[in-house]
Amino acid sequence: MSKYLTGLLGWVDERFPLTANVKAHLTEYYAPKNFNFWYFFGSLALLVLVLQIVTGIFLTMNYKPDAELAFASVEYIMRDVSWGWLIRYMHSTGASMFFVVVYLHMFRGLIYGSYRNPRELIWLFGVAIFLCLMGEAFFGYLLPWGQMSYWGAQVIINLFTSIPFIGPDISLWLRGDYMVSDATLNRFFAFHVIALPLVLLGLVAAHLVALHEVGSNNPDGVEIKKHKDPVTHVPLDGIPFHPYYTVKDIVGVSVFLIVFSAILFFAPEMGGYFLEANNFIPADPLKTPSHIAPVWYFTPYYSILRAVPPILNSQFPGVAAMGLSVVIFALLPWLDRSPVKSIRYRGPIYKTWLALFVVSFLILGYLGTEPSNVWGVFDTGTPVVGGADRATVVARIFTAVYFLFFILMPWYTKIDKTKPVPERVTA
Amino acid sequence: MANQVDQGKRRFLIAATTAMGGIAATAIAVPFISSMLPSERAKAAGAPVEADISKIEPGAMITVEWRGKPVWIVNRTQEMLDALSRHNDKLSDPKLEVVTQQPDYCNNPARSVKPNLMVLVGICTHLGCSPSPKLEANGDMGSDWPGGFFCPCHGSRFDLAGRVFKGSPAPINLVVPPHKYLSDAILLIGEDDKGAA
Repeated sequence: MSKYLTGLLGWVDERFPLTANVKAHLTEYYAPKNFNFWYFFGSLALLVLVLQIVTGIFLTMNYKPDAELAFASVEYIMRDVSWGWLIRYMHSTGASMFFVVVYLHMFRGLIYGSYRNPRELIWLFGVAIFLCLMGEAFFGYLLPWGQMSYWGAQVIINLFTSIPFIGPDISLWLRGDYMVSDATLNRFFAFHVIALPLVLLGLVAAHLVALHEVGSNNPDGVEIKKHKDPVTHVPLDGIPFHPYYTVKDIVGVSVFLIVFSAILFFAPEMGGYFLEANNFIPADPLKTPSHIAPVWYFTPYYSILRAVPPILNSQFPGVAAMGLSVVIFALLPWLDRSPVKSIRYRGPIYKTWLALFVVSFLILGYLGTEPSNVWGVFDTGTPVVGGADRATVVARIFTAVYFLFFILMPWYTKIDKTKPVPERVTA
Repeated sequence: MANQVDQGKRRFLIAATTAMGGIAATAIAVPFISSMLPSERAKAAGAPVEADISKIEPGAMITVEWRGKPVWIVNRTQEMLDALSRHNDKLSDPKLEVVTQQPDYCNNPARSVKPNLMVLVGICTHLGCSPSPKLEANGDMGSDWPGGFFCPCHGSRFDLAGRVFKGSPAPINLVVPPHKYLSDAILLIGEDDKGAA
């Protein structure tokens, strides 16, 4: 039997580089031996991607992208389709978990300097994946055609209206109508189920090809390719991805699936953070819900949008700040001037800024889920800020900190006191 | 000589092929991009609508749908009209200097043709939510509220002439759509004496 299988493999290998690819990407792809907890999230992101694609395919079998039918078809999936509720909740929970995993994956890149030379392109592909993912989330959120779907899309498309000169035409073109309507829903469906997933898969492939070309970074931020076995040319601190890291990742996957199932079965709406209450009301173009907020993973940027006041009768500065707050991640490889990559060898100044950034991100994220008067207003007698919403003032301060983390980075990473970096990975 | 590559000719051919290919790609993109513009059916649905205004009580409002947007018609009381002039210092644009926000015939302090009847597109000039009517003075909007509209999305505030208060995220006043009175009881929204909007 095995003789025939070997023969078959040989037959395939002469026509398609199967064995060569398995070796290049799994059994002879040498990853640093000191990966820790933070290195689970890349493979978990891949897992969630597969989960979203599979559950998405099954949802399209019953979903109707039509303004008259969409809301009812989602309820039909939830109530009448066998196991429809499970598939739908897997997809909606998967959307939020995608962002959880990707945010942790990005944070890993941040603390270990994984965006630094020679991994700038991996990072740029990653930023593109993140943008694509935000698009997927936004387009997908319109599909249930609930109140939040409708008014969320209305607000986001109107962001483009504020672009000087061409803005109104761009929003009209995006909507395909004078308001968010059936035409908008139908095209968002096309973007969500085919256009962006194709782009996403291409970008993920590019991300991995680039990664396997230069090799993975590690918690010490040292290059394992500098010290190779003189005979085999295998990095001395590298171990084959398969079986070592495939087996390790199974542990990560198991823990992840426990958390995922707990949410899926016990709190699929996550108290209104994963699925918002207002989205269980069908879209009504004439009535905005009394409190609208995006889903949690967009709230930091939404806070930035709200925090920037209109300038010269235009809201464009706020919109530009929000856009910049996302794409500015792409500049990290060139903003960071530190001689070391990993946080393990960085000095106190960088650590302080990173902590401030994380705090800003979390506080902006929280404020974005709440109305801007959540903390009341300052007394009118207070100097400078008298009469202003407390939350708005706080959001402005942390918006400034958020941007300063990036803008001042070339300076503070240069003057920071770093520790000596070891030649080889530790532990 | 016969074996020599004519570099000039090669460059010309590459440039010509690239240019022609580029033109073809651009040309074929036009129908695809245009297909995303509003269709003829969507354009036709933007026709003017009539509203019966004879039954709006003083101090009340009705909402009609025009081009899928809410249009408010508020029957303001004399008290409400008198209050309009008292808070000009708190407004971003009390003198209606942003002229795109109302037709010429509404460029007056009450922003209306008939003083009592206010016609407004009920879409916030910030990001397109529909503000909630808070017509009563004071009430849940605080003791210095003159009556108006409050946008739940980002907290923009407007008075009963749709003028935006300072400190709102909305940069400009609410839009007064083109409109005309066909009779005392019928208002036509979306068309005036100059033609359809």
